[in-house]
Amino acid sequence: MSEHSDSGDTAPGAEAAGGEEFAGGIASYAVGLALAALLTAAAFLVVNVPVVWRPAIPMALVVLAVAQMGVHLVFFLHVTTGPDNTNNVLALAFGALVVLLLIGGSVWILSHLDHAMMPMDRQMHGFP
Amino acid sequence: MTAQAQDPYRIGRSGGGEGEETTGRGEGGPASKRTTVGYGFWIYLLSDIILFSGFFAAYAVLAKQTAGGPGPRDLFGQERVAIETAALLLSSFTCGLAGVAAERRNLLWAQAGLLATGMLGAVFLGLELSEFAEMIGKGAGPQRSAFLSAFFGLVGLHGLHIGVGLLWLGTMMAQLWVKGFQPQILRRLMCFNLFWHALDIVWVGIFTMVYLMGVAP
Repeated sequence: MSEHSDSGDTAPGAEAAGGEEFAGGIASYAVGLALAALLTAAAFLVVNVPVVWRPAIPMALVVLAVAQMGVHLVFFLHVTTGPDNTNNVLALAFGALVVLLLIGGSVWILSHLDHAMMPMDRQMHGFP
Repeated sequence: MTAQAQDPYRIGRSGGGEGEETTGRGEGGPASKRTTVGYGFWIYLLSDIILFSGFFAAYAVLAKQTAGGPGPRDLFGQERVAIETAALLLSSFTCGLAGVAAERRNLLWAQAGLLATGMLGAVFLGLELSEFAEMIGKGAGPQRSAFLSAFFGLVGLHGLHIGVGLLWLGTMMAQLWVKGFQPQILRRLMCFNLFWHALDIVWVGIFTMVYLMGVAP
């Protein structure tokens, strides 16, 4: 585990380079926990206290959630930009692409369909 | 079988010696078993997240189709979600500590970390099941509307993963107890760590999209 040279690969979740990276060891988990707790608290705050302009609340929640996922990836899963993590990051990038296509595509297409569809009551009684 | 017979061309140039970590881009031979196992499990986790994304997409599309039944605002209590979130986040933390302790071959702390993880996970699962029972008792079961079908599908799938994770956790504690810090046990522990952290990431998506956006003004 601690014998990695800087050109070696690391498993996801494993710490690289003998724990000398920024996000290594117990300190990493403590920092990650603090940041994640902060972001979670901020998300609950945004919903309950009028600190954000109302129509912007969903976007603020998305931003906080993506930030928290990033914190989890870096501090808990130890996914970094280091050369030993290239394979892990590439796999993650492909996964993120598929997830974005699936969720974004579904919402996009179906909201258009929903918009283009006649309201149910009018459909049943014909055009006015 | 000797090391020479297993690797006649000495692709692993260390000569197949025990404990050698020859990793990286073909230099010094194939990656260590720990790296390949971790990478394979990482690929599985990403595919699992893609499975979740299908359920997320279904929920996003169906969230407003309440068919005249109760909506998110009538059903979701924020206190319970806050406690669930805290329990899962803390369990992710203790799981990481257990992993660090296992790396340092500290059996007591590894087991304590795993036990804490399991108990926090059980708290989470208990709260979620009580929420489900309450909703079904109110007549808001999965058959009530498309919104509720999608809700039970998404949150139930996550809960199922947590339940399976708890079984895995118990197995890991027993194996660690009986077999000690053998390489394969450490690899399984690493995979469990990845699994548990990934579930926490999925929960971030769920509490944001389902619960907070559901009750947002």
